[in-house]
Amino acid sequence: MIKVRDLTFAYEPGLPVFQHFDWTVDQGQAWAILGPSGCGKTTFLYLLAGLLTPTAGSVRIDDEPLERPRPRTGLILQDFGLLPWGTVEENASLGWTIRSFYGPDERHAPAGEPIGDSASRVHPWLQRLGLYSLRHHYPSQLSGGQRQRTAIARTLSLEPDLLLMDEPFAALDAPTRESLQDTILDLRDERLLTTIVVTHTIEEAAILGKHILVLGTPPNEGGRVIHNETSGTPGFRGSPAYHATCDTLRQSLERKP
Amino acid sequence: MKAQHVLLSAIVLMVIWQALAVLLQQPILPPATTVILTFLREISGDLGWHFLTSLWRVTASTVLAILLAVPLGLGLGQSERLNRIFSPVIYLLYPIPKVVFVPIVLLFLGVGDVSKIVIILLILFLQILVLVRDQAALIRPELLLSVRSLGAGRRALFRFVYLPASLPAIFTALRQSIGTAVAVLYITELFATQRGLGYYIYLQGSTLLNYPQMYAGVIAMSLLGFGLYIVADWLNHRLCPWITDQVA
Repeated sequence: MIKVRDLTFAYEPGLPVFQHFDWTVDQGQAWAILGPSGCGKTTFLYLLAGLLTPTAGSVRIDDEPLERPRPRTGLILQDFGLLPWGTVEENASLGWTIRSFYGPDERHAPAGEPIGDSASRVHPWLQRLGLYSLRHHYPSQLSGGQRQRTAIARTLSLEPDLLLMDEPFAALDAPTRESLQDTILDLRDERLLTTIVVTHTIEEAAILGKHILVLGTPPNEGGRVIHNETSGTPGFRGSPAYHATCDTLRQSLERKP
Repeated sequence: MKAQHVLLSAIVLMVIWQALAVLLQQPILPPATTVILTFLREISGDLGWHFLTSLWRVTASTVLAILLAVPLGLGLGQSERLNRIFSPVIYLLYPIPKVVFVPIVLLFLGVGDVSKIVIILLILFLQILVLVRDQAALIRPELLLSVRSLGAGRRALFRFVYLPASLPAIFTALRQSIGTAVAVLYITELFATQRGLGYYIYLQGSTLLNYPQMYAGVIAMSLLGFGLYIVADWLNHRLCPWITDQVA
């Protein structure tokens, strides 16, 4: 589904964050990208989201070169990215509002898809994520977990096939974080979503990634990949396999200079 | 702020005024009751026309100031490069009391409505520009990224992010500067014009020595400033409910 080929990216000439980087993701895979601060993991996610353009090389999604944000890619960020002046419902419908603003022009919205009534697409998500009774509230009146669930509803109501997340639960307390991680696991299995989560915490990478790409100090010329196939199975959070993955990841991070 | 409280304060002030007038017994301080009756009589005639003239000047300046300052403020707030070029100029112009430009603007634009509108425009323009610019610069890059990831291009970002983000800044600017704008309007209307509340007050007070009429003019000018403030405040509540709800 995603093919990164010979990717080089630099914010400043001569200081590449990625150099000749290759990576492949198949449809339906669950990836986590782990690395210390400043390793370029957020940059990498923005490249996959089409928010940054490679200096050289290419990112292809479904064999299409990626030149701008793709309508079928959902993005969830740590600081939620909600409009302070929009209610929960307005925020959750924002993707549809933007699509009807442009019309189905293939550039901002998938072509040939009727936009129709956004409420019928957004309300089921608000109900499922426990936000329906809060739909007239503003983000400032919500808890962190409720804000992030609003951002999730906004993204998923657009029916993405690829979900990109940047430290999505880092600002939340532990119980909220775990409950939202479980929500993501459920949705992944139910919708056959391809998910890529960027995180700096070993535990989150082990929970959300069946494959974990470990990045180091830039320039990254190809990260280390750790496989973690039993992730997402019931009771994984307390299992020996989980602890083993965490140990492997810890060692892997320590080995990087 | 409750309407009853404002009304009560107005009544208290009127009572104090009335008491002072009765005590002093001077023609230059007519009793509040006399002035209110004069005001009610005059407002449907001459004074009403002067009031509408002043209202038109302030409203025209306000609309023009918003139309000019908001796009420019959004542009400066979005572009660090533009802001680096223009912010020293704004820094220099911002603290200058715009009222000192009155003679210059009168010389260049003459004595008609245009010069008066331009002077008030100068005051409101810089105030709105600075507040909108700072508001636009405060928009978090993460917010822009996530809205872009939903498919928003430049037009949609403007419509769904920048415009609503600047609304509270516009109203804050208006509430802060409407008092000054009306004060400067008064000064501009003292010069070479025969219409407007400034002219009316000056004429009644200094030439005709009609003190109750002069005071009625003062009340009209106060109501103009107060009314515009109320309108800005009401629009702010109406159009920016997320701010009001946060405070509540």
